[in-house]
Amino acid sequence: MDFKGSDTITGPRTEDHLPHTAQAAVKIVVVGGFGVGKTTMVGSVSEIRPLTTEETMTQAGVGVDDDYGSRSKTATTVAMDFGRISITDQLVLYLFGTPGQERFWFLWNGLFEGALGAVVLVDTRRLEVSFEVMDRLEERGVPFIVAVNTFPDGPRYPLDDLRSALDLGPDIPVVECDARRRASSRDVLMTLMRFLHSLATTGALT
Amino acid sequence: MIPPQRRRRPAGPEEDPPPEPCGKNPQRLYVLTGAADHGERAELDLVTLIVARADPPAAAQPEQAAVLRLCANPLSVAELSAYLNLPYSVVTVLLTELLTAGLVQARAPIVRQALPDRSLLEAVMHGLQRL
Ligand SMILES: Nc1nc2c(ncn2[C@@H]2O[C@H](COP(=O)(O)OP(=O)(O)OP(=O)(O)O)[C@@H](O)[C@H]2O)c(=O)[nH]1
Ligand SMILES: [Mg+2]
Repeated sequence: MDFKGSDTITGPRTEDHLPHTAQAAVKIVVVGGFGVGKTTMVGSVSEIRPLTTEETMTQAGVGVDDDYGSRSKTATTVAMDFGRISITDQLVLYLFGTPGQERFWFLWNGLFEGALGAVVLVDTRRLEVSFEVMDRLEERGVPFIVAVNTFPDGPRYPLDDLRSALDLGPDIPVVECDARRRASSRDVLMTLMRFLHSLATTGALT
Repeated sequence: MIPPQRRRRPAGPEEDPPPEPCGKNPQRLYVLTGAADHGERAELDLVTLIVARADPPAAAQPEQAAVLRLCANPLSVAELSAYLNLPYSVVTVLLTELLTAGLVQARAPIVRQALPDRSLLEAVMHGLQRL
């Protein structure tokens, strides 16, 4: 543990303080494979410099309580970047950039369960990585949209081809984006919110 | 050029048990926390907002005092973990102690509902539009 004592802790800058009226938060998850642009998207819309929460885990078959520092033990640190957008004086939105591997999701209890919805970031160079993610979100009943990041060296597919390749229902939005641009990332989030709103209107959400 | 093809699974019957969280992985993974791991843990979410209710008592541990100082204004559990440079699970243990002692207040997040609150979704949309 690298706690250094409270004197060395740097908290939020004064301009990053939430008002005392802040009553509740909601969250949206941006999920995708390695290097797909999760941190970039979170950072481009966040009002604070993106922060990182970490979790450390060990593997089964090895006692967790004894001999913390043993070299023979495999400890893995998983990091998750997140950002924040103040919605009103009472309401705050948090955005989490989450690794695509499901085996890490349990580290942050309720990460997906309580989320309003998810953005699946898709890299056309490694489309298969997102298949598993979408399977898991469907199983958990987490509503999601798909955002396709266009990398210069990635293959370009028409969105309709992508939709059928991803085997998505006709109602699930698939959009292109440039996660580096705030307006583009904001549009992705708006697309998700409109989708959630339409689900709420039709009562399709289970 | 033809993209690789995914096959959506047919929606199974409702009673289907949720898959083992680590079913794909032969070795289960465990979170590392301190000794308090086996004790009671408060219901905390990554985005539960924490607000200090008091100044750090003289007897407070340095970690607890740091939490209380950081939460003079509302701050999420995730932000606390980031600023304290401590794992999320360790922060929830610290916060459980502080909640039990009545030194902090926890403001629960609004979570996804079977019947979503449309005015909430509209508020979020308005907020995003201002970005
Ligand atoms: N062309 C292009 N490049 C992007 C886009 N989004 C991200 N990048 C670049 O892709 C690289 C990886 O982006 P990150 O945001 O770090 O990706 P990540 O998903 O957080 O990566 P990991 O956390 O390592 O899994 C960076 O060099 C970004 O500048 C995009 O929309 N278009
Ligand atoms: Mg990242």
